[in-house]
Amino acid sequence: MSERQARRTIILVPYLWLAVFFLVPFAIVAKMSLSQVATAIPPYVPVFGLDDGPAGWLAKARELSLDNYGVIASDRLYIDAFLTSIRIAATGTLILLVIGYPMAHAMARAPENWRPLLVMAVILPFWTSFLIRVYAWIGILKPEGLLNELLLGLGLIGAPLQIANTETAVLIGVVYSYLPFMVLPLYASLERMDRTLLEAAADLGCPPWKAFWRITVPLSLPGIVAGCFLCFIPITGEVVIPDLLGGSDTLMIGKTLWTEFFSNRDWPVASAVAVLLLVLLVGPIVLYQRQQARQLEAAR
Amino acid sequence: MNPRSRFLDATALTLGFAFLYLPIVILIVYSFNASQLVTVWGGFSTRWYGAVWQNRQLLDAAWITVKVAAVSAAFATIVGTLAALALTRYLRFRGRTLFSGLVYAPIVMPEVITGLSLLLLFVSVGIDRGFWTVTVAHATFTCGFVAVVVQSRLITFDRSLEEAAADLGATPWQVFFRITLPIIAPAVIAGFLLAFTLSLDDLVIASFTTGPGSTTLPMRIYSQVRLGVTPEINAICTLMIAAVTVLVIGASLATKRGLPAT
Amino acid sequence: MSDTPKTTAALGAVRSAFAPWNDPAAKPLVVFDGVTKRYGAETAVNDLSLAVYEREFFALLGPSGCGKSTLMRMLAGFETPTAGRVVLAGEDLAGVPPHLRPTNMMFQSYALFPHMTVEKNIAFGLQMEGVAKAEIHDRVAAALKLVKLEALASRKPHQLSGGQRQRVALARALIKRPKVLLLDEPLGALDRKLREETQFELVALQERLGLTFIIVTHDQDEAMSMATRIAVMDKGRIAQVGTPPVIYEAPATRYVADFIGDINIVEGKVAAIDGRRVTISTALGDMALPEAADSIAIGQEVAVAWRPEKTRIVRADEPVAGGQTMIEGAVHDIGYLGDWTTYVVEVAGQRLRAAVANASRLVERPISWDERVRLCVAPESLLLLTR
Repeated sequence: MSERQARRTIILVPYLWLAVFFLVPFAIVAKMSLSQVATAIPPYVPVFGLDDGPAGWLAKARELSLDNYGVIASDRLYIDAFLTSIRIAATGTLILLVIGYPMAHAMARAPENWRPLLVMAVILPFWTSFLIRVYAWIGILKPEGLLNELLLGLGLIGAPLQIANTETAVLIGVVYSYLPFMVLPLYASLERMDRTLLEAAADLGCPPWKAFWRITVPLSLPGIVAGCFLCFIPITGEVVIPDLLGGSDTLMIGKTLWTEFFSNRDWPVASAVAVLLLVLLVGPIVLYQRQQARQLEAAR
Repeated sequence: MNPRSRFLDATALTLGFAFLYLPIVILIVYSFNASQLVTVWGGFSTRWYGAVWQNRQLLDAAWITVKVAAVSAAFATIVGTLAALALTRYLRFRGRTLFSGLVYAPIVMPEVITGLSLLLLFVSVGIDRGFWTVTVAHATFTCGFVAVVVQSRLITFDRSLEEAAADLGATPWQVFFRITLPIIAPAVIAGFLLAFTLSLDDLVIASFTTGPGSTTLPMRIYSQVRLGVTPEINAICTLMIAAVTVLVIGASLATKRGLPAT
Repeated sequence: MSDTPKTTAALGAVRSAFAPWNDPAAKPLVVFDGVTKRYGAETAVNDLSLAVYEREFFALLGPSGCGKSTLMRMLAGFETPTAGRVVLAGEDLAGVPPHLRPTNMMFQSYALFPHMTVEKNIAFGLQMEGVAKAEIHDRVAAALKLVKLEALASRKPHQLSGGQRQRVALARALIKRPKVLLLDEPLGALDRKLREETQFELVALQERLGLTFIIVTHDQDEAMSMATRIAVMDKGRIAQVGTPPVIYEAPATRYVADFIGDINIVEGKVAAIDGRRVTISTALGDMALPEAADSIAIGQEVAVAWRPEKTRIVRADEPVAGGQTMIEGAVHDIGYLGDWTTYVVEVAGQRLRAAVANASRLVERPISWDERVRLCVAPESLLLLTR
């Protein structure tokens, strides 16, 4: 195999794979969002067929409409779901940062032979099923659950707290599930930091807490940005956590899409929701991708 | 380091790891609970493990899930490693920006979107949903993770090693299989394991892209969980945790026998 | 080149036994013929021609970015010339991929395969060639012995010291008996003492094996002590090719003179030509030196240069013999280096150096700061630089 053929294979194989299975499907979603729901299999019209010919396609293309977006815009339910998702994702990301940063910081300052072990300890829960970890919280948070029993037993509360099926429960689940995604990028950027910088700062008369804000935090900014995007974007579209921990009161957009698709079998509206969600997230996704590319460039 | 910041560090780590591990520990402990009631301790028992063993549906689902995970992780490893090579080795080619976007985006893309769009793709080209559709879907959403893991290794890879091999008479093919691949192998294996567990774990994308007869374990667990919490699920979860722990420890031992990253 | 015939002949005597470049009948082993390498708008190697002969220890010397590594990598096949030919043993190498070229390279980073033992690293090249197992075994054993690493055969590279790694890299490159061994900054990663030892070992090895070495280095001491000939490179071109003594004693250009060792350079104009005696008028007075007159003309702008160690320094009031260039100035700085003392003397706004060997431990009345002194240079120590 010549150099040129090798190059072509290395680029084309993943490129084609991702184009066919990642890029093209979005176009289909976009098209679907303009179609109408129907009681048929598949449950929508129009269905484009290869045998229709150009005239047939044109005729069917005229049947496409923006109706589904109209439905979404006029229904508070969808708008609320979008807003709730963004609120939970933003709050969750902030809490993750507040919990994750001290952890990552402590890990990066731990003795060198401890560090791989600590990293392993952060990753390990991630290797266990996500569903299981969320499920574990049901048993803890429900009214007769362990948390309430503990607090009642200690006499700290008089009556069980209603945490399960609230937004608080969703936030707990989100923070718990995404903690490794926040800690690891933070750790990576903190660990890389040259410690003599802090010694230099101290030498120049900077007290430790000031050095933390003026040296450590700015230098770990790439990690902060990566960690926040890595959490914020998927949380916005989260399905399982709000479903298991949020109950019927907490409507997030991912779950709405899920319901439209599986319960209502309304593929076109589900697609329209997906398109809107994608539009909402395309900015953060592009920023995240730039950040990744830049970081790899810097490591070169 | 002064004692105060040492205390702060220790506190952060203790609380952080307690938060991460307590729910899992509780789950495992209660899987040995004799009582039917999940939160009441009724003595030690392994009856729920027996119940799992009797549950054919669950065992079938587990087997399918492992197969899907293994095959999709293999695809994801090949595609992801090639993508990592393309991104680190070829800094200029047409459509590179789009390409790197396609590699990174699936990592953060909400699973509902990936799942729905892949489903619509399969429906519109008229492919019956089943084992292969889930497998392809999983390979697609995990290959970005593989690419990132392999890429971080390739970036520190000393290209002169490949030149040295070529200089000593190795063809490009031999250079790849005897030098490049063995050296990045720990990262490739790590990528494979990551893809494997992500696939094992996935509920959302599988729900969209699977068909009758290919119900995966997370889908089964999910439908049971929605019906209510039972100790049987605790037992399944404990078994899965044990399996993954054995896998991870085995893998880390296997890679440790290799060389330390240089 | 503008070497004076006299000096060239005298300097050539140092290694007169081996000088194929002076033999018109000798065929060069490696030829760069009008080679150019461009990266986009940048030219790394610019229309360069060079011949290296069999059994030479040839050094490409220059600062980083001068194109020396690019030149070597074009010979190894890792870079393709934009224009020109690279010829090895009469064969044009265009289109021959690295793995089919009869050259081997010792990389600056050594590029030892981290996942293979010392033994496997050394055997790699022979395995690629498809040599029989028994022969590989014997030749690896011989190579290990050659570089004195028998005891470490089953170690991995990360378990070796820098010097040991260097020797593994050398053995690995030598085992294929390359027509040319290329060494890219081979001693750069070693500490000073080990570097000096290794320099001599490398030369001894090269002479014993009768191989051709081409070495890339930015370290002039390394090039001077090891090479049969040195090519001094500057911005993708060759400034001068010559034996170490020629490069040092008869530099062809200001660039070479300045790059190799310490030198005093004074700008001036040709004032008079009297047979083989040329007088240059400079800001520091007239200076006379013997030089072939055909290459210069009256009024031409030239430079006069001389080495600090060929300068005598005396107090201004001390009597000295005539017939040499004398420059009077004040001592600006004194650098004591143990074996040498360097005096920096300021004359008419210019700083000149004089180096004096510290031949005895105690000097009764050493020259001190701000003293008026005279610098004396013999006519034959002066160099005329026209470029």
